[in-house]
Amino acid sequence: MNAPNLEYAELAPLLTVFGAAVIGVLIEAFAPRRVRHPVQVALALLALLAALVQVILLAGTEVVGAVGAVVIDGPALFLQGTILVMSIISIAFFAERRLESGGDAFAPSASTLPGGEEEKVLVRQKRLQTEVYPLTMFAITGMLLFPAANDLLVMFVALEVLSLPLYLLCGMARRRRLLSQEAALKYFLLGAFSSAIFLFGAAFVYGFAGTLRFSEISEALTAQIGQEELLLTGVGLMAVGLLFKVGAVPFHSWTPDVYQGAPTPVTGFMAACTKIAAFGAMVRLFYVAFGGLRTDWQPMLWAVAIATMAVGAIVGLTQTDIKRMLAYSSIAHAGFVLTALVAADETATAAILFYLATYGFATVGAFAVVTLVRDSGGEATHLAKWTGLGKRAPILAGTFALFLLAFAGIPMTSGFVGKLAVFTAAVDGGATPLVVIGVVASAVAAFYYVRVIVLMFFSEPAAESPSIAVPSVWTTVGITLGAAATLLLGLVPGPLLDLAQAAATFVR
Amino acid sequence: MSPTPFLVLSAILFTIGGAGVLLRRNALVAFMSVELMLNAANLAFVTFARMHGNLHGQIVAFFVMVVAAAEVVVGLAIIVTIFRTRRSASVDDASLLKL
Repeated sequence: MNAPNLEYAELAPLLTVFGAAVIGVLIEAFAPRRVRHPVQVALALLALLAALVQVILLAGTEVVGAVGAVVIDGPALFLQGTILVMSIISIAFFAERRLESGGDAFAPSASTLPGGEEEKVLVRQKRLQTEVYPLTMFAITGMLLFPAANDLLVMFVALEVLSLPLYLLCGMARRRRLLSQEAALKYFLLGAFSSAIFLFGAAFVYGFAGTLRFSEISEALTAQIGQEELLLTGVGLMAVGLLFKVGAVPFHSWTPDVYQGAPTPVTGFMAACTKIAAFGAMVRLFYVAFGGLRTDWQPMLWAVAIATMAVGAIVGLTQTDIKRMLAYSSIAHAGFVLTALVAADETATAAILFYLATYGFATVGAFAVVTLVRDSGGEATHLAKWTGLGKRAPILAGTFALFLLAFAGIPMTSGFVGKLAVFTAAVDGGATPLVVIGVVASAVAAFYYVRVIVLMFFSEPAAESPSIAVPSVWTTVGITLGAAATLLLGLVPGPLLDLAQAAATFVR
Repeated sequence: MSPTPFLVLSAILFTIGGAGVLLRRNALVAFMSVELMLNAANLAFVTFARMHGNLHGQIVAFFVMVVAAAEVVVGLAIIVTIFRTRRSASVDDASLLKL
């Protein structure tokens, strides 16, 4: 029996990140404690940069690799590149050590009791926890694999590889550890529940088609050989699992809690990267495997998209915590992407790719700004504390305002071009009513973004106003990159739009 | 051999698991219910593999077992940490994060 042939060159970005994650575990085991932090950060950044270079060099490749289990094509490479860029920015925020005295955003040891004697000793010793870097690298491996998965099994494994480290990362905040642990528990239980539903759905799709490969499922669909009840049940259950990951209504209830409780750099990372990876996987599954069934799944996604935009926009209005508000904003954004997804053609794919990139830059940047507004208890996330911020820290508040305007979709920012692209694709795909609802939802959501801007710039500072931490070069560079990309993609979106258009063809 | 009884059993196990996650208050029991759902999916995969006469479904079952083991490691770590902090593993007690 011959060993299967692997396309190492095409799979190199994945293998690089995975290898770095494994080496990271070895460093945890063998390197002395004081060198771990710089070594882990350097390793993570180098590996991610190397993987990004490999993705760029692979541009234009169209290969079905790993015995048909993984496909490297335009959408996969575009999304892998986007995920890698967001990850590099996120790692910079993870590495920030100036905000807490002698520490980063993570608990010195996740296993100590919150507020216990052991924890106090570790804090005094300025102990840093470096396990977060290998965990993040494993999560990124899963995210890179997820949009490239070409069969049901690889898709499930990638889903779990990206989720399991994230559950742990959520529970590792240095401050407010009870909230953080609670967020981890909720995310874990609901995430495991949704993966189980996804897997059961995959079983039914396999029962229908007798194969796991997307292209063969699509052929079985056209030939109508199997029992359609099995297929429809399977598609519905698999959609639940994926819609959970992107945070679409009615599977969104974890989003605000987890976004609020998780350490803020982790929130930014997963808000951007998980959503990019999950939408990538969803587009491939629905277009490549279930493309012939679109008249059956389109009504379902219509309903989900409407509910997601409405809940994200309306419930976001009542939020008083900045992280929860951004969580509802991310729910609304999932709804906007879904409007393009129902259109199901190449224009829609290109629009989704572009939208995810713009959304990612603004999201990682916005959450990084949140880490800088602090009081004695850590981050000051209550909106009341942000009053008058623009008078005391005009640059910081201005940057945050830029991200909020991008979320709202104001012209001259990347958010406007992204929204225009997805809504145009949806209209072309015959989903005009959906776009009308989308525009109304954007207007409602714009209200709460603008409210924060008004609060920051046109109100007197509160009596107990928080301090603005001066970040090290890590956070400064990260936020600058996010803001520059947000502005640049709003002013000259052409090159990236062309790239997304060129990358929008799936290989079957 | 008719696959129907096995699929019915699988569906029953999946439903018990799903109901367990939604109804039980103890995080450990809820987690055990998730594992039951994964095993229900395994049974369905293996049954379909037999029905189609290929091995894909059985391979999936192996992978799912490994993934489930990894999930146990992560899940128990989180649940034990919560239990040590709060002296309780009830999902109702963990309610600091609310609207």
